[in-house]
Amino acid sequence: MLPALPVPAPIAPLRIAAYTVTSAAGVGKATLLAALRESRSALTPNDFGPTPLATWIGRVAGLESTLLPRPLAAWDCRNDRLAWLGLQGDGFIDAVHAARERHGAARVAVVLGTSTSSIGATEDAYRALDADGAFPADNRNPLVHTPHSLGSFVREALALEGPCVTVSTACSSSAKVFAAAERMLRLGLVDAALVGGVDTLCGSVLFGFNALQLVSAEPCRPFDAERSGISIGEAAGFALLERDDAGDDAAPRLLGYGESSDAHHMSTPHPDGLGAERALDDALARAGIDAAAVDHINLHGTASAKNDEVEAALVARRFPATTHASSTKGVTGHTLGAAGIVEAAATLLAIEHGWKPGTVNTRVLDPVCGPQLRTAGVAGRVRVGLSNSFGFGGNNCVLVFAAADAAARR
Amino acid sequence: MSGPQSPAGGAFFVDGIAFWAPTLPGWEHARAAFRGEAAPLEVAAQRPAPELLAAAERRRAPDTVALALEVAAAAVRESGCAADALPSIFTSAHGDLAVNDYMCSTLASQPTLISPTRFHNSVHNAAAGYWTIATGCREASTAVSAFDASFGAGLLEAASQCSADARPVLLVAFDVEATGALASVTQSTGLLACALVVAPEASRRSIAAFDWTLADDPVGAPAARSAAAQSLAGNAMSGALPLLEAIATMPSSGDDSDVLALPLAPSLALRLVPRALPPAKTTLR
Repeated sequence: MLPALPVPAPIAPLRIAAYTVTSAAGVGKATLLAALRESRSALTPNDFGPTPLATWIGRVAGLESTLLPRPLAAWDCRNDRLAWLGLQGDGFIDAVHAARERHGAARVAVVLGTSTSSIGATEDAYRALDADGAFPADNRNPLVHTPHSLGSFVREALALEGPCVTVSTACSSSAKVFAAAERMLRLGLVDAALVGGVDTLCGSVLFGFNALQLVSAEPCRPFDAERSGISIGEAAGFALLERDDAGDDAAPRLLGYGESSDAHHMSTPHPDGLGAERALDDALARAGIDAAAVDHINLHGTASAKNDEVEAALVARRFPATTHASSTKGVTGHTLGAAGIVEAAATLLAIEHGWKPGTVNTRVLDPVCGPQLRTAGVAGRVRVGLSNSFGFGGNNCVLVFAAADAAARR
Repeated sequence: MSGPQSPAGGAFFVDGIAFWAPTLPGWEHARAAFRGEAAPLEVAAQRPAPELLAAAERRRAPDTVALALEVAAAAVRESGCAADALPSIFTSAHGDLAVNDYMCSTLASQPTLISPTRFHNSVHNAAAGYWTIATGCREASTAVSAFDASFGAGLLEAASQCSADARPVLLVAFDVEATGALASVTQSTGLLACALVVAPEASRRSIAAFDWTLADDPVGAPAARSAAAQSLAGNAMSGALPLLEAIATMPSSGDDSDVLALPLAPSLALRLVPRALPPAKTTLR
């Protein structure tokens, strides 16, 4: 038995006033929704970098020709270009500007997640060092070669003046931003929070995960009995959170979140999923619901041998057979520090459009999977949806979202 | 349940504190130096070897991990809290610059030879991961960064968690020296780490207390006052020094000169006002 741990109190739901997502499927929510409805993988053979490994990637088209506006040019790098491209989706910038007008620039927080931020630009510099062994003259902005490149870029791009922080906890980064923002809103420090995350393809993650023997040579097959590892992707996603003061509007809600640590290993999950289960329990407690109320789970489901085994067992023992659980990594790839926000967006799309995605690329489910695990997508009402994100260092986060009417009836 | 009507801010009590720099290896020495009662070491100390790590790991651990675990363990010991009961916040402007230098140099020359261990040590939350593993802590841990506002951002997250969930939390702040080609763009010298256990209520362990709010007209980053603190200004986590000096020199004078404004963004600061501690006899927890 685990020692008794404190149970968090329920939180007041937050409005998701706006959200957007950009991935290998395209720019904006409609592109991801279409790929999910069609069970269409956006993965392609790896063509990234000077010496590409034999694997598949989720690459965002057009970043090479994306230009940052002149006042933001000092931040130019692949990750901040993807942030800029992602902000263009779904009228998101207009929604942020409206919130800035409504509340004041200092009352809007910027809380963004990333695993590697602009390290790709640092890698580029190391391949082009000058005669003195220093970074080349055209790639020397200290604000780019640091994790907060993302947060400082987005704050500058949207002229926001509230608290601004970059959260970097590997693959749970852009899930945990919802938790940090909820605390700021609950304490009245701000009236709105721009949350989200961006991660881009770079040598560090492609060769790093390859060194850990976690990269598949084929498109990833989450929860497949013959899965052989992950496919790495890149993505950007953003959401605008506000307190639920407005009353009965139709915006979906953040109902709860749970954060925990595995206390087990730097790169392997706890074999019994104890950390993941604690994050789940915390999330349900903050949401004030039982597992039986969950219609859909967007699983972490990376297609690594260990993650999927542990996560499938957790779902099998904790949820009713009616809960539809699936992984969307076969569509977008594992977008690492952006996975939290991409899959939060996928969960919100399921709630708003009544489509529970399947697990794309997967042929035969691992026998450890329970009846909750689905390979095929299906139409159906999602009142409450969960999104799981688990990262290196044993860092776990579970988010709970709900349709506006379901949040009100809870 | 709190809402927008709640006061925007809160209070925290410092129940544990720790510090490590090569010339001030420990809080007692640093406190005396910040008070002008002791001098920094003339010969720098070797980097700490945290007892939490196994012998082999103690040698192999990146500097950031060794520093963070050393100060985290010392602050928690002083607080009287159980390490596995504390949510933790780790803040660092740049993370482990030596690991980043290794990763980028190896990728430029022989990318398929990347070490898997050094890859997983390159994540910004590596120190948080090692801490929770070493202490068996299943509570939430996070790792944040905000360039030159990283200390303020970490303290804001710690104060927010402490106030929002009414629980003590652990804050660990560190940065290391820029090495290799990275040193041509990233400014950070030496090693500097500190840790605070902050609690929502006073206890007999409390050594300082602050009321905190956000202030949108900061007067600029406060400067370190003592020569000892000024000698550490080149480290990217030197933004922690004014608060540490304030704690070292308590009781404070009680006037406006005690108010600290730690930068959070170009026009926003975390405003800290020292609060008198209640008499020791009445503060049993």
